Amino acid sequence: MTYEGKALGGKLLTKPFWVLLGFAMIAGLLLIKRFLFGIGAVTNLSDGYPWGIWIVYDVLVGTALGCGGYSIALLVYIFNKGEYHPLVRTALMTSAFGYTLAGVSIFIDIGRYWQMYNVFLPWHININSIMFEVAACIGAYVFVLWAEFSPTFMEKLKAHDAKKKMNKIIFIFIALGVVLPTMHQSSLGSLMIIAGEKLSPIWQTGWLPLLFLITAISMGYAIVIFESLFSAVALKQPLDDTPILGKLSGIMIPLLLVFLILRFGDLAWRGQLGNIFNDGFLGTFFVLENILFLIPIIMLASAKNRMKATTLFWSSGAMLLGGALYRFDTFLVAFNPGVGYHYFPSASEILITVGIISVEIMAYLIFVKKLPVLPAVNPS
Amino acid sequence: MNLERRDFLKVLSAGALTAGNVTSVFAGIRKTLSPDAVGILYDGTICIGCKACEAACKQYNDMPPESGSLEKANGVDGIWDASYDMSEKTLNKIKLYEHGDASERNREENGFAFVKRACMHCVDPDCVSACPVTALTKNETTGIVEYNKDACIGCRYCMVACPYNVPKFEYAKALPEIVKCEMCAHRQVEGDIPACCEFCPTGASLFGKVTDLMDEARKRIQLTAGTSYDYPMRDIESGDTSPKTVAPYINYIYGEKEGGGTQYLLLSAIPFSKLGLPELSETSSASKSEGIQHGIYKGMIAPIALLGGLLYGAYRTTNNENSEG
Repeated sequence: MTYEGKALGGKLLTKPFWVLLGFAMIAGLLLIKRFLFGIGAVTNLSDGYPWGIWIVYDVLVGTALGCGGYSIALLVYIFNKGEYHPLVRTALMTSAFGYTLAGVSIFIDIGRYWQMYNVFLPWHININSIMFEVAACIGAYVFVLWAEFSPTFMEKLKAHDAKKKMNKIIFIFIALGVVLPTMHQSSLGSLMIIAGEKLSPIWQTGWLPLLFLITAISMGYAIVIFESLFSAVALKQPLDDTPILGKLSGIMIPLLLVFLILRFGDLAWRGQLGNIFNDGFLGTFFVLENILFLIPIIMLASAKNRMKATTLFWSSGAMLLGGALYRFDTFLVAFNPGVGYHYFPSASEILITVGIISVEIMAYLIFVKKLPVLPAVNPS
Repeated sequence: MNLERRDFLKVLSAGALTAGNVTSVFAGIRKTLSPDAVGILYDGTICIGCKACEAACKQYNDMPPESGSLEKANGVDGIWDASYDMSEKTLNKIKLYEHGDASERNREENGFAFVKRACMHCVDPDCVSACPVTALTKNETTGIVEYNKDACIGCRYCMVACPYNVPKFEYAKALPEIVKCEMCAHRQVEGDIPACCEFCPTGASLFGKVTDLMDEARKRIQLTAGTSYDYPMRDIESGDTSPKTVAPYINYIYGEKEGGGTQYLLLSAIPFSKLGLPELSETSSASKSEGIQHGIYKGMIAPIALLGGLLYGAYRTTNNENSEG
């Protein structure tokens, strides 16, 4: 079952593309300001809120949205579900973009970026630091993702020998491509354990790594479904994938059930369930989060519903929003450093994030139009 | 081919297995004080709020005065120091508690009191555990939490980790650093004591070995209010004292147990929660975070076993693909 990919072709410089380019250029100008005058010149970050949307959206949510490659690889190569193979390439590509741009965002966000490589120098690293684990794993995974995706380039360049050789050793990258995200997606949750009392007890728990891992895998399936349907409509492709996406969507149900049992069980165990009602503001966010997780469970419960493209679209959308909100809550909304500190992103901060997302979509358009990424449509 | 939920349960159980250590890792106090550890005992009851410590701190650490919008509007920018809190330009800060008509010092109701904030130099510092590149270290002898800008990448995880919000970041600079009190380590190597203690006119900031300071603090909270006591000045080993009337101490030493203990200890006549000091558990957050992380990654056995299984699975699948293709 070798994979048949096909470049979509067509005009590249469409109107939406120019709009995206505009956003990217605004972000570019703001970045010049950031590097000349410091992080304070473009962000609302403070000593109480040292992390803002660049970390929480671009890195935490961005890499979770980049878990498609990981989640599908888990199915195809580990559980031997070859039927999902047509989804691998697009999933890997989105993952490669998501993670690469998360890496770029980290470079923009950290203050002493010219010393960033210290994270990889054995005499500097601190193995007690969750941040070290996250940084090293994400760095390695960006490399692994592009290696996994490289056969697509080789196909385009007609480098058949190279592709054959790569295919012989690709299993190493595939295996690493599952181990590394398992490690860092859980550790991204562990990052907040050390924030201790600064994080609301509704979110602060020793189970953060497992809760983050489960939502990351679920978001991986959701993004593959969401993106396939969205791009099929936007790029005017037939909705051929719906049956396989429907099947894929069913996996989210047990994952989300385990998540909710763990989430509520942990709150009950620690006697924190009542706290949800004590704080109206945080309680609202908690309820919203869990409604978003319940939507896919309910909508996808019947196998018949799973075969409807609209059901798939909205349920996977809810899953992505729920996972994103869980991350925003854990890192920003429920994080309270003390009296006098507030955070809401500045316009420049938001525009830089919008610019990064624009670059990602532009790269997606270039890749699907020029490279054999999307599944070849069967003439029969 | 039907999707088998069993397979996913396998993955989940592997995850649950690795997280299974969660409950067993809150192991309690794991780091102890070095016998030569030095610290500062700040007694808010004898502090007069003169801010000589702030001025001395700025002078000996080459920190500029701060000004707010008010000073700028009046054209007196930089003439005096008007910092609002600890910041990237202010390492220690005297703060005032005020209630009602503020008619009496060291009284909670209708009274006022002072508190000095600076780095607590924790026995088991969260910032040191958090730093990915060992830019923050705890000196093995003195216990001072020191910063090395040549290692720092500016990720600001130390700021997220610190329960006291002590590490500050130079947001206004293109080439920023993390800034924090290092207990005048540069003065201590010359045989001097921290500037804030050296120039404190009342002995409110007292330097010494943490064990000596702890004994002194225990003694003070047992004193009877209204009696006279000879308060040591500057350095507890100097022998200099100054007699003062004892205030009604709260029977609590802040820093004895907070987050596993600190080398900066505080005494007060009003509750510490009113002074903006956080209520913390008796173990550091670092001990929880490291406990879970090292539980999962013990000897790297779990990741290596996972990698082994995955290498086999991926090899099997791709091998089939290659031979079929």
